[in-house]
Amino acid sequence: MNRTAAVVAACGLTALALLWGRPTQAQDAAEKEIERYRAMISDPMSNPGYLAVDRGENLWQEKRGSKNVSLEGCDLGLGAGKLDGAFAKLPRYFSDADRVMDLEQRLLWCMQNLQGLDTKDVVARRFSGPGKASDMEDLIAFIANKSNGMKIDVSLSHPREQEAAAVGEEMFYRRGGVNDFSCATCHGEEGKRIRLQGLPNFSKPGQAARETMASWPTYRVSQSAVRTMQHRLWDCYRQQRWPIPEYASDGITALTVFLQKQAAGGEINVPSIKR
Amino acid sequence: MTNIATPILLGALLCLTAIPGATAQTAKKPIDDAIVEKYLASTFSKAPPEWQSRIKPDETLAACNKFRNEVPPAEAEKIVARETAKVKFPADGKLMGDWKSGAKIANEGRGNQFSDPPGTTAGGNCYACHQMEAAELSYGTLGPSLTGYGKAWKNDPEAIKRAYAKVYDSQSQVACSNMPRFGANGVLTEAQIKDIIAFLFDPQSPVNK
Repeated sequence: MNRTAAVVAACGLTALALLWGRPTQAQDAAEKEIERYRAMISDPMSNPGYLAVDRGENLWQEKRGSKNVSLEGCDLGLGAGKLDGAFAKLPRYFSDADRVMDLEQRLLWCMQNLQGLDTKDVVARRFSGPGKASDMEDLIAFIANKSNGMKIDVSLSHPREQEAAAVGEEMFYRRGGVNDFSCATCHGEEGKRIRLQGLPNFSKPGQAARETMASWPTYRVSQSAVRTMQHRLWDCYRQQRWPIPEYASDGITALTVFLQKQAAGGEINVPSIKR
Repeated sequence: MTNIATPILLGALLCLTAIPGATAQTAKKPIDDAIVEKYLASTFSKAPPEWQSRIKPDETLAACNKFRNEVPPAEAEKIVARETAKVKFPADGKLMGDWKSGAKIANEGRGNQFSDPPGTTAGGNCYACHQMEAAELSYGTLGPSLTGYGKAWKNDPEAIKRAYAKVYDSQSQVACSNMPRFGANGVLTEAQIKDIIAFLFDPQSPVNK
């Protein structure tokens, strides 16, 4: 028995478990109400995220940039223009860029190198807002949707992919900021909540990790926007009281590789709809 | 509070000072620190310098990171000693302020996020992790319930002092606790901490009703 276990046993974990494991009736009612709301908004026929899928398809086919070509020649890992199942295997190592890339990094690379497009404006509009559409959110919704029904299967065969997964794991546990928070502070155990919000455990492979990763990108009702994993992690670091993470940076991708690894086997169904 | 709940809560309070805030993960080192630093730099190096300095781990956090909070006993002792030395008790000797103000601070989640306007007064955001007054249903479960805290401790002066130190610097009580070091890291002021302590211990506070 290690030290922690001994201490826990000595001071009566049973008592704690009883206290935490028995929600009040009011708590149950609140949880049920949230579940009801989730069920109500998850009807795919009324999910506004599918409008983004349509917009994304147009953007994928639109000729742009100095070379006046569409993105249809972009190789997302399965060959030029091959979309079905590509998202399920990302992030992955791309030899032409000599970099492990998530879908957003790869699209930026294709815009720059295939289309000859200056991506400054695209990056400035990476997260949509009132009166500000996001090409990236629309493209991600369209491309990720082409992996629906498939299972998360992140590639870890290339040494650089293995490096990214290991770095992502380290970043997951790294504490910092004025509140000393890491990802693991909130996502390291089963069945925890912030306020009423349930927290998926990413410290080990499991159902919570699979369900979470397989449901991004998602349409956020509270933000009236499709949000991608880049946005989710940006928002996590914001709440962690960390500095602003750079969009489409290697650290965010490393973290995504680690999370996809924990979520391997999760069946993709996107864009989902969330609060 | 029922008679059954009281010993349960006391159990929880005892644990509060004894469990390292940790998951069951054991320390392992899958990758060279220099490589991790390179990735971190690529992700955060455009942030303002004062923000970047916040994610440079101090000696305590470096140890917590190295062992993923499961620090060996000798290291834990060093951390507790180091963090205990940081705790500044109020010069006027009064550890309790205004519980009504404390209730607001416990509910306030803003502060120190990059989205917050400069000069935003940070709250303690206690409800994110703890149950406090019984009427508030929107509470988190990352930390133990603190409902009935002062009542359970019968306003024991030593318990009040320990609670003040815990809020000021959680790691003065538990090495690598998951709880922020609110006073030591300058998140909350002395006056704010006093108000939170009053919210926990004042017999008039809804926490103890």
